[in-house]
Amino acid sequence: MISALRLDRLTAMAKSQLRRPRVDLPLLIALLLVGSIGLVTLYSAGDKDASIVFNQGARFLMGGIALVVMSRIPPSSLRNWTPWFYAVGVVLLVLVELVGEGRGSNRWLDLKFVRFQPSELLKLATPMMVAWYLHARRLPPDWRDLLVVAVIIGIPAGLIAEQPDLGTSLLVAASGAFALFLSGLSWWRIGGLLGVAAAAAPVAWHFLHEYQRNRVRMFMDPESDPLGNGWHIIQSEIAVGAGGVFGKGWHQGSQSRLEFLPEHTTDFVFSVFSEEFGLIGVLLLIALYVFIIGRSLWIAANAKDTYSRLLAGSIGMSFFVYVMVNGGMITGLLPVVGVPLPLVSYGGTSAVSLLTGFGVLMSIHAHRNFAR
Amino acid sequence: MSPRRSELKDSGREVALFQRRALVGFLIIVVCLGVLAARFVHLQVVRHDEFVTRADQNRIKLRPIPPARGLIFDRNGVLLADNTAAFRLEATPEQIKNVDAMLERLREVVPLTDEDIKRYKEQRKGRRGFNSIPLRFRLSEDEVAKFAVNRWRFPGVEVVPYLTRTYPRGAEFGHVVGYVARIDEADLRDLDVTRYAGTTHIGKTGIERYYEKLLHGEPGYERVEINADGRALRVLDSTPPKPGKNLYLSIDARLQEATEAIFEGKPGSAVAIDPRNGEVLAMVSVPSFDPNLFVNGISHVDYRALVTSPLRPLLHRALVGTYKPGSTMKPFMGVAGLEQGLRRLDDTVLSVGEFHIPGQSRGYRDWRRGGHGRVDLVESLAQSVNTYFYSLALDMGIDRMSSYLAKFGFGARSGIDLAGEGSGILPSKEWKRAMYNKPWFPGETVIAGIGQGYWVVTPVQLANATAILAARGRHYPIHLLRATQSGFSAPVEPMPVAPSGPSFIVNMTNWDRVRDGMVAVVAGPTGTAARAFADAPYVAAGKTGTAQRFSRTGNEVDTHGLDAAQRHQALFIAFAPVDEPKLALALVMEYGASGSLDAAPLGRKILDAWLAPPPSAVPVPGAAVLRMPPNAVPAQAAEPAR
Repeated sequence: MISALRLDRLTAMAKSQLRRPRVDLPLLIALLLVGSIGLVTLYSAGDKDASIVFNQGARFLMGGIALVVMSRIPPSSLRNWTPWFYAVGVVLLVLVELVGEGRGSNRWLDLKFVRFQPSELLKLATPMMVAWYLHARRLPPDWRDLLVVAVIIGIPAGLIAEQPDLGTSLLVAASGAFALFLSGLSWWRIGGLLGVAAAAAPVAWHFLHEYQRNRVRMFMDPESDPLGNGWHIIQSEIAVGAGGVFGKGWHQGSQSRLEFLPEHTTDFVFSVFSEEFGLIGVLLLIALYVFIIGRSLWIAANAKDTYSRLLAGSIGMSFFVYVMVNGGMITGLLPVVGVPLPLVSYGGTSAVSLLTGFGVLMSIHAHRNFAR
Repeated sequence: MSPRRSELKDSGREVALFQRRALVGFLIIVVCLGVLAARFVHLQVVRHDEFVTRADQNRIKLRPIPPARGLIFDRNGVLLADNTAAFRLEATPEQIKNVDAMLERLREVVPLTDEDIKRYKEQRKGRRGFNSIPLRFRLSEDEVAKFAVNRWRFPGVEVVPYLTRTYPRGAEFGHVVGYVARIDEADLRDLDVTRYAGTTHIGKTGIERYYEKLLHGEPGYERVEINADGRALRVLDSTPPKPGKNLYLSIDARLQEATEAIFEGKPGSAVAIDPRNGEVLAMVSVPSFDPNLFVNGISHVDYRALVTSPLRPLLHRALVGTYKPGSTMKPFMGVAGLEQGLRRLDDTVLSVGEFHIPGQSRGYRDWRRGGHGRVDLVESLAQSVNTYFYSLALDMGIDRMSSYLAKFGFGARSGIDLAGEGSGILPSKEWKRAMYNKPWFPGETVIAGIGQGYWVVTPVQLANATAILAARGRHYPIHLLRATQSGFSAPVEPMPVAPSGPSFIVNMTNWDRVRDGMVAVVAGPTGTAARAFADAPYVAAGKTGTAQRFSRTGNEVDTHGLDAAQRHQALFIAFAPVDEPKLALALVMEYGASGSLDAAPLGRKILDAWLAPPPSAVPVPGAAVLRMPPNAVPAQAAEPAR
């Protein structure tokens, strides 16, 4: 009796879920596919070390939980919490600057029970804050709004670049900039911003760390130092090129197996994938990424309010930055910047924070404007 | 800027604007990823053949060759730290599938401690898989032979010859030279991984640590051809490593040896400096420890013994030991009093056995019951009359006293080239306020005048101050490194001697008078060290000191029932010959009844060893120089450095 009653309630819940699902199934399936590809590649790149796959699987599980939790929080609540969330993130960044630890750079904060990188928080908090601010403004934004948004982005991006973590700083800045772009900032203002950025580049060069400058120099001419800093780029290109159209096959990539590839489970996992699965695999993976980005923008376009729209769009477009910077790096198209290949590279914090972001997307999707 | 038309937001327009932007954004993204895809096509299709060839030819790897660590010599070329050939066991992570099973089997052949295994596993994390990682150092011949027979069972594990650090003089230089030990996690945190690729040991204490950069050298690389499994086939070419620099210390091993022997194992410390250039000639801390124990990981038993010993052999007393200076402070006070115009050269004081601050009942005693009578500065130094310095301190006040004594380096690190130096305490009103948040009392000024109370000095500091006094107020920064040498065929390059500033003593007759007092200490009829220095073949200037180990007013330690040696520390400072000082010395005996009886005789022996060595006791200079080709003997070191 009781069990039947329970079953009744369960089916009722399931029906309501089906009528108005909390998650966007196509997006979820695409994410699962990329994650699976990641685990398969990691097993090979990690030299058939099962513990790497288990660890990464556990992080996906954690990310999945975060995704479900976030999808349950309505965007209006998120919007109300945004300034606090952002403020806490910035305070933690300052804290990490003072007491953080990490080899050669201050990225980690040790909270005794867990060690984490506050910069990961800002990947979400920054676009949230920009969206929160623009939500209350009349769009398209004017110069004054532009200035305020520049400050909102500049504080965390500057603090993270100071750590020094150029890759994350770039991602944080981009996520905020995308929200601004999507809010309809006029093209000539965008042009003006790009002009200022171009003019500031030589100044930025002055502030880069020596190892970062070397990476840029090597990108310009990797052959100039084939045994030193250019080594990563050359070995990665060889791995990719040797993969050919069909690839060498799973766990057949000599570049990775003989350890010519550096960081072959983290930043350079895409090279391993390209070597073993070839152009066909690469195009499939890129297609999956394009689908995820497109779906995210579609969800954004159907969102209920300005805040949700800007946030969802920014999350989707930021995902592109990961793919482009990492793919560009391993093919020698862009300088070496430590950005992981999303959901494939080994490493917990980025997987969890990415999936949390997609949880926000799911929530925005669930609370979309049906009336429209 | 257009004026706001309405606060209501035009929602429909905004949505349309967003959707246009999202579309444009998506198109840009597709184009960018299209470029990325095109790049993949370019690499994987157009240039595919080229990269296949390059991947096949990719059979060359770089293997780091660690540099030989620089050797350490004394000023005459006596070897203090050597590299000797030994064998170690190494394992290459990428060639070992099941680490735990392999280690279990390996333990049956070659004994491995749990610590060896733990350390190996820690190091596996940090480095690339194809770099081999040491598993155990200093294999015995038996172990090497036993492993050679079983080698086929352990692919990826090899016996590798290497150079290990040894310290031929053992405990004698344990504190000064220090030791190297295996690189641990804490070292890895701020280590240049490329420079230390292949390096297993790093300087942990003493000179080994302070001059790690000079001693380490630059690693070389060899290009190695590997087969399809990653195993090295042959070496193609190599860039040789640049060995670390050889260091020549200013220490004279003979004086060091003599000085250490004088202590007969009783805890204490002595530092001898050449006041003409700041070179440290001997730096002894007793008891010491054998640095060789640490090189390949000290055993728990040995380490416990060192740490739990009540005599604390690991404590570098000369550098961080804290002592009350006692009466050794009086010459410096004497200079301060004359130079500040508080006392004229011939001013006298009447010592009646007890000194009182006007209006206070508490008495401050002289060491001789009934007092010393009417005495001037010279006699006050010779007999160590407290009353002279009680009244001088009271007139001077604590702040003027400490600011003048700071010129002798008290209360600050001497800057000697060793890490972790203590800075001692030079009390002042401000210091006490910051430390205890209490006001300064005049009585504290009085006892500060004889080096009691809050005063704390380290032996290095006291020796440094004595050297400055010996050099008539000129300060040569004290140092241990005398010269460096890049390889044995290279010339020895002396370190530039930092020039001193001008003397801070304005009127040199003041200095002369203090010197006369110090000479009276060792040569005058009433001198406290006169008996110790009877028949000395040179004229020295010195001062004894006896400091209470425990504050007499404090009740934390019951001093009743302890004999004098347990209650006191004996100190002695000296420089000689008095006309042209070649040696300045500070000496502390931790359990000494008085400076006069216990410290001064030892000081005499150290001065004798340097200034008037008995002919038979002098080892032939250069006899111990085994590692130096004759043409490499440094010019400065070839002649006995006196």
